[in-house]
Amino acid sequence: MSSTMASNVFGVGRPGRRTVYSMCGMCSVRCPIEVTVEDGHVAWLQGNPHDKAIGASLCAKGSAGLSLEYDDERPHTPLIRIGPRGGGRWRRASWDEALDYIADKLHETIEAFGGRGIALSDRGGVFNDLTRTFVQALGSPNYFNHDASCGGNVHNAARSLLGFSHAGLLFDLRNTKHLVLYGRNIVESLMVKEAKAFMSAIANGMRCTYIDPRASITACKATRYWQVRPNSDYALNLAIIHEVLKQGAYDKGFADSFVSGMDYLREAVKDTTPEWQERHTGVTAEQIRALVKEIAADAPRVIFHPGWMTARHKQSFYVSRTALILNALMGNIEIPGGCLLAKSPEYYGRKGLKHLSDRVPKVETPRVDGAGTERPQWDPAIGMLHQLFAAMETGQPYGIGAYFAYRHDPLTGMPDPDAIVRALDKLKLLVSIDVRYSETGWFSDVILPEATYLERANILCQMNGPVPVFGMRDQAVAPRFDSRPAWWIIREILRRMGIKEVLDFETIEELWNYQLEGTGVTVAEMREAGVVSLAQAATLRSRGELRFPTRSGKIEIESEVLEKAGLPSLAPYESKTAPTDDRFHLLFGRPATLAHGQSLNNPILNEIAPEQVLWIHPARAEPLGIADGDEVEITGGGRYSRCIKAKVTPWIHPEAVFMLHGYGATVPLATRAFGLGVADQRLQHGKLYEFDPAGGGCAMTETIVQIKRRGAGEAKL
Amino acid sequence: MSKYTLRHDAPNCIGCQACEVHCKTNKHLGPGPAPCKIVTVGPVDVDGHPRMHFVFMPCFHCEDAWCIRACPTGAMQRREKDGIVFIQSSLCIGCKSCIAACPWGTPQWDPATNKAVKCDYCMDRLDAGLQPACVTKCVTGCLSFGVANEAPDPRRERYARQIVAEPLSAAKEVR
Repeated sequence: MSSTMASNVFGVGRPGRRTVYSMCGMCSVRCPIEVTVEDGHVAWLQGNPHDKAIGASLCAKGSAGLSLEYDDERPHTPLIRIGPRGGGRWRRASWDEALDYIADKLHETIEAFGGRGIALSDRGGVFNDLTRTFVQALGSPNYFNHDASCGGNVHNAARSLLGFSHAGLLFDLRNTKHLVLYGRNIVESLMVKEAKAFMSAIANGMRCTYIDPRASITACKATRYWQVRPNSDYALNLAIIHEVLKQGAYDKGFADSFVSGMDYLREAVKDTTPEWQERHTGVTAEQIRALVKEIAADAPRVIFHPGWMTARHKQSFYVSRTALILNALMGNIEIPGGCLLAKSPEYYGRKGLKHLSDRVPKVETPRVDGAGTERPQWDPAIGMLHQLFAAMETGQPYGIGAYFAYRHDPLTGMPDPDAIVRALDKLKLLVSIDVRYSETGWFSDVILPEATYLERANILCQMNGPVPVFGMRDQAVAPRFDSRPAWWIIREILRRMGIKEVLDFETIEELWNYQLEGTGVTVAEMREAGVVSLAQAATLRSRGELRFPTRSGKIEIESEVLEKAGLPSLAPYESKTAPTDDRFHLLFGRPATLAHGQSLNNPILNEIAPEQVLWIHPARAEPLGIADGDEVEITGGGRYSRCIKAKVTPWIHPEAVFMLHGYGATVPLATRAFGLGVADQRLQHGKLYEFDPAGGGCAMTETIVQIKRRGAGEAKL
Repeated sequence: MSKYTLRHDAPNCIGCQACEVHCKTNKHLGPGPAPCKIVTVGPVDVDGHPRMHFVFMPCFHCEDAWCIRACPTGAMQRREKDGIVFIQSSLCIGCKSCIAACPWGTPQWDPATNKAVKCDYCMDRLDAGLQPACVTKCVTGCLSFGVANEAPDPRRERYARQIVAEPLSAAKEVR
């Protein structure tokens, strides 16, 4: 075996039929899957029936994994850039050459900036022990996940209230009576298990209040839909809390024992009456009172969903925080039909996976984004990516010389790619590790082709929940091209940097055995089912043992972390001006068939991708002379403007327009996605450094766009 | 009609189009043909609520199928034992007569083989004791398959469950 080969796992490529349990990689949800392999070829993909919550179900993207695997439009070998960045000229390189190139540039970076001048971002999730370990081993604190443009606000809101992130709460949808959603579009921004549970609950009579300026398909499944003004949901929550307190519709016993800061809360909402919020949200006072009456009857089996993608506006943090406070007021914590607490294996007397990061010394250097230091309100475990770009550009608080984008494409996912490109262009080294040609990859210095999720094995993962589980992504087939698994790529870079002991594993099985040490679970057991539960059934904590990892041990409405940051625990609502004439808030979302920018070049997903249209309210379209189906021109104030077809519908708030995200790609080698549709992130001009100061998430839906009918204002022939 | 029924419980459908891809991957089809299709219409106003309509279009497997009558080579056939209408690909000459004849546009053109292809309830899977691909992997379980009259009707079951959960509004359900 040559030194640059990664060994396949045992049995790969063997003739005949075999079943491999693994995890999907078509989006970052990572559903458990069963892969049927025939003569070394993937024949069939379905949900892993060993996980009862998913059964055989899979979404369109999951099934289209076959289409990804057998598509040639992905990087086949390592590529090194020729000519200027983004110029699109590349040369093929061997792994040795590409990895040596990277190691040289890392040495240069360390010489200029120290180890802290190296950064990496990925899309978070259950496998990031590997990427964290990599960054830490290089002596840098600068690991980032993608939450600046996703769940950063809800993550940090939960942390400020409960002492742990929102991942520590699991919503028991199947047993709840009423679910309140703030734009959490469960049936389109799809997690298969969640969507199944949601639809089953709806069929069993669960009520759902869905709040969103646009009626998504989830709105179409809800029992109540409120078309609120864009970015006004915080006002709505302040009024709901006001009314809950006024009606005494909360669990006083729970609040007395487990919540601190009730007086602070009363003071913060004393004037935010249902009448007060009317002019902000457009929802009537009676509607608020009716909701509160309903939830009072259904409590504690009522869930206020604090959100998933919450990088919307500058008070999104407080939307999530007040939604979480409402759960506490319902007294639904650790109650069937409420918010269940995630349990570690230790809770059940088991042992969790060993961390790779334990093999590396802790890095004491402060993070470049100030998370956990000057910005105590931001969790240093995830960082805030826009501030990495700020540091690249300014060299403050210290310089950044090298950046790895691992399966992450900030030029698609973050606002204002032009601004990001300006920052990236200051780097000594930009590496994209990905299975596809991303926008960020196209601008990078080196593209390292990762083997697809069907061609590689990952490190094992541990998912804490009511019942904690270990999960496995196993290799189903041999790589079709000269690609490698991430654990191998990272090991090889570290070896070249003289850091050998951290990932001193020759095969993935060796690495798995390290992770599984002392857990009582074997690799063979993991392979047999793909998921291994660490308890027979969920046991809920009794009220007596309920304690939160905050200073007071309680749910802290008045937060120590926020106080330290000089931020109010509940800020006053900032009222929003309505855009007029040709100006609108730009909202965006996903269909069930696409995962951001990463699906549109997939042959089958490209075929069934919905046509990107611009939702616009008839009351605003009419004065602009726009009829349903007309081509309109849209601009966000920068150089970028494009044409898109108008969908004139009353199911979008008059102050906003809506389009699907993930379109408008510019990489010519990805021919099916190339040039297709409009890139909403390019319309988010000037928004890279506009964020919610408390939660850190980008304020993407504060983007104002201008719309005109194509050809409007020009002389008629 | 075939002895089977392939039910689409529209209120439980989310229009995610997964069935379309499940179907295509079982038949090894690339872009182009769609043997089953979810057609989405909406949102529309139903008593002040936004509601989306989803129509599932597989093949109906007609008792006296127009596509079979139209096929000049005998490629389009009806399986005796269960009434499934299917194409024997080796006999198909790609004349598209079946596509023209079907009132619902069910048979599809496959540019990769220059032949017609259609929903056959995944005969290969049925014969292996499995369910059709679209049903097996449906996200919500809104698709169900079985011998007609043997499979429980989801509408009856749901109605009963909702009456228990909330007696007043159960009769108004349709979403």
